[in-house]
Amino acid sequence: MVRLGIAHVPQGRGTFTNMTVEENLQLGAISRSDTKAIGSDIERMYEHFPVLKQRYTQQAGTLSGGEQQMLAVARALMLRPRLMLLDEPSFGLAPLIVRDLFRILGKINREEKVTILVVEQNAQLALELADQAYVIETGRIVMSGNAKDIANNEDVRKSYLGY
Amino acid sequence: MELFANQVLAGIATGAIYACMALAVVMIYQAIDHLNFAQGEMAMFSTFVSWQLMQWGVPYWGAFVLTVAFSFAAGIVIERLLFKPLAKAPILTNVAGFIALYAIINSVAGLIWDFTIKQYPTPFGSSPFLGSQLISTHQAGMIGITLLMLLLLFFFFRFTRVGLAMRAAASLPESARLVGINTSWMIALGWGMASAIGSIAGMMIAPVVFLEPNMMLGVLIYGFAAAVLGGLTSPFGAVMGGFLVGIFENLVGTYIPGVGNELKLPIALALIIVVLVVKPAGLFGRAIVKRV
Repeated sequence: MVRLGIAHVPQGRGTFTNMTVEENLQLGAISRSDTKAIGSDIERMYEHFPVLKQRYTQQAGTLSGGEQQMLAVARALMLRPRLMLLDEPSFGLAPLIVRDLFRILGKINREEKVTILVVEQNAQLALELADQAYVIETGRIVMSGNAKDIANNEDVRKSYLGY
Repeated sequence: MELFANQVLAGIATGAIYACMALAVVMIYQAIDHLNFAQGEMAMFSTFVSWQLMQWGVPYWGAFVLTVAFSFAAGIVIERLLFKPLAKAPILTNVAGFIALYAIINSVAGLIWDFTIKQYPTPFGSSPFLGSQLISTHQAGMIGITLLMLLLLFFFFRFTRVGLAMRAAASLPESARLVGINTSWMIALGWGMASAIGSIAGMMIAPVVFLEPNMMLGVLIYGFAAAVLGGLTSPFGAVMGGFLVGIFENLVGTYIPGVGNELKLPIALALIIVVLVVKPAGLFGRAIVKRV
């Protein structure tokens, strides 16, 4: 999967808690052969996530949940993936932090030219971020299309967005 | 006072060897969650290989380097052939595997080189070190080689990408696979390194205990004691444990009447039990806490 350029951010993040933030980022790029570009990529991740820069020598396990989620995203991006899979990025995070995270995800999507596939229960937020959306009910895709259209769909609004 | 200093220094010297064995045990424990009972026999076999090379006329340091390389390769081969297939097997199956490996290596060494005790050379000589009666040049050499090796290992794990990948694979295999690390080969590499470290320990202790197929039995038990004392989850702890056990062994043997050489080994075993009962995580290890 890694070789195909697909990075996966699992639910629960999979952070290497007993290693430093910087080592976690290094590990994201461990399968790359262009070792010279890794340093500048790490710097770019620090620009996306300034909070990680402040804590780069800290053990990743001491970060807050939101910071660990950011680290997990940054680590996945270190692969320079073509596609990034995010499983429930809002899981267990405070609403404000989730909003912040999704804002950064949008920015990354535009700037890094990486396709992001998000599985998310927070439908409203996910639909704001997304271009394409798929509604899955009990394992079956029941609706797909432009995210704005789906957000405006009567049924989706009633069942998922609550208005 | 002179006796005390002498015993402490001699303890540090043998402790260096225990530290190596403990480190080898901890490296494999970190990788596969099992204690390698055959670690000592692997080291013994390597030492015989180096002895054989010297018999054939290879100079000491040439034989040393060749043996470390051989042990590294042999460690990887053992992992691939025996323990990779057992990776998902129950604990007892693995223990049986280790005991089988122990018996096989021990018998094969006896078959090739027989069980008579052999002299083993030291490259450092055994004159007093720097004119002091406290410690011999061989003991100083043992300490020096061990410290050098520890330093190299530290730099390898801290500053190289392979070292980082090995640490990641040991601490969180699933995440390591997600970032594209081949965890299975990292385990094999860990076996190779543990085997190479063990071979160095064997070659360093052989001039002291003499070369024979059972030479590492006591050393391995002290190595286990060191690893348990320092904490099985901590390579640094294993090394400190090694030095502490070495010093402890010598002081107990000297100052507690009636202990002497015969009772030293039971004391190492008693130490293992006391640590496991009082502080199972060891001095430097992390207690394993599972979140539910």
